[in-house]
Amino acid sequence: MNANRQQTMTAARTIDIESMGRGPKLNMANETVCLQVKDFNLFYGQQQALHNINMSIAKNRVTAFIGPSGCGKSTLLRCFNRMNDLIDSVNIQGEMLLDGKELNAPSVNVADLRRQVGMVFQKPNPFPKSIYENVAYGLRLQGVNDRATLDKVVEKSLKGAALWDEVKDRLHESAMGMSGGQQQRLVIARAIAIEPEVLLLDEPASALDPLSTLKIEELIYELKHKYTIVIVTHNMQQAARVSDYTAFMYMGELIEFGATDELFTNPSKKQTEDYITGRYG
Amino acid sequence: MVTNSQHISQQFENELEDIRSRVLAMGGLVEQQVNNALEALMTGDNELAREVMALDEDVNDLEITIDEECIQIIALRQPTAGDLRLVAGILKTITDLERIGDESVSIAKMALNLSEKDRPKKNYRELQTLGNHVRGMLRDALDAFARFDVDQAMQVAREDQAVDSEYETIIRQLITYMMEDPRAVTRVIDMMWSARSLERIGDHAHNICEHIIYLVEGKDVRHLSIEHMEQLLDRKI
Repeated sequence: MNANRQQTMTAARTIDIESMGRGPKLNMANETVCLQVKDFNLFYGQQQALHNINMSIAKNRVTAFIGPSGCGKSTLLRCFNRMNDLIDSVNIQGEMLLDGKELNAPSVNVADLRRQVGMVFQKPNPFPKSIYENVAYGLRLQGVNDRATLDKVVEKSLKGAALWDEVKDRLHESAMGMSGGQQQRLVIARAIAIEPEVLLLDEPASALDPLSTLKIEELIYELKHKYTIVIVTHNMQQAARVSDYTAFMYMGELIEFGATDELFTNPSKKQTEDYITGRYG
Repeated sequence: MVTNSQHISQQFENELEDIRSRVLAMGGLVEQQVNNALEALMTGDNELAREVMALDEDVNDLEITIDEECIQIIALRQPTAGDLRLVAGILKTITDLERIGDESVSIAKMALNLSEKDRPKKNYRELQTLGNHVRGMLRDALDAFARFDVDQAMQVAREDQAVDSEYETIIRQLITYMMEDPRAVTRVIDMMWSARSLERIGDHAHNICEHIIYLVEGKDVRHLSIEHMEQLLDRKI
């Protein structure tokens, strides 16, 4: 008993205070840049939706975009894998670099780009196929049909999306029979099956119940070790919980961009403070 | 940064305003306790000393009420930025206010003890000076809180240094008294305890000012020298 106590006390004395903190503060200057946006403008016809955006997105970090509806956060997110190409009236100016290469260059193959930059939407959109086929879909498109390879990737992706244990016994049942939260994780599994570099998440948890939401958040935390994640969310608490960096956008402008813990405890711009504390601008 | 604009939720706005004004009410009570305790010490007014003790219950009740309200706000509103710092700052401020109340009660007890002994009037003069000084610090700290005035908060932090050295002087003096006249020892010890309590009240007022600086500027200035604080806040007093 006494010896035990002695031991505990010795242990207590050797505790390293530094290691008890949350580690060094994040600083953009120490990050590897994955995506870079320079003097970026976007127009829908005559209407300018993004005004002179400049920002860098750090590799293997979670970056959240927050802001009121219509502030341009989804528009900016969709630029990262050229989803806006599908809209005729969109015009862009400025640079947008993925690993230093202009992703809007004519030489870039959009299909290749989207393989590198995966996207998950607000509403889970599984294909009306089996769970297995949903995950294997991207690989099959790439011409991979080897059963053993597919099995391996499906298992790995479902595990990566924290879904494997729930579905391993019903891989060949329809994905449409899953719950909303499971469907969303399935979509994430489908996105990571092709091993993208960046994952874009547009309101990934807004249609889910609180428990499924927490699972998705937990998943995001796990995924950032392998992927660079950019998430758009209306849920500010969620942005605060899951992200390392936060960008606050308002009326098409990037108002403030910085480390999340700083931005949520002591923002430097009044507009940011007003928005995150729920005040009239 | 604390902004002046209103919350979209009027209810939330009211809740924050509510805890703020309760802190000020609590501060008012504590200020009264300190004033009465000092007065009781100087004049030997036992009635006043007992009032200090009675008031302490109200102060304790207020501490608990404000504490609960802050926890409610955190649970239900998930405050961020300036709002979060306000709630966190208030939670800490009320702990210091409550301790100031406790120190006044100790002084009141000493006053009761001392009132039964002979009163060499001039011996209390130093305590009076220290007491007035500390009382001023508390008043300014509460003022700074009411107006979120960082400059005034800094001023109070600076005052604390003066109070500390006044306290040292008093202790040296009291030791001399004890050496000169051993019959005075019990009385002087009570005076020492009172001086100690006054000095502690100064420390708590100083703490409150650190909380104010945190909730206004978002900068943690605890355990820093005045020069360091000025540097961090980028301003000179």
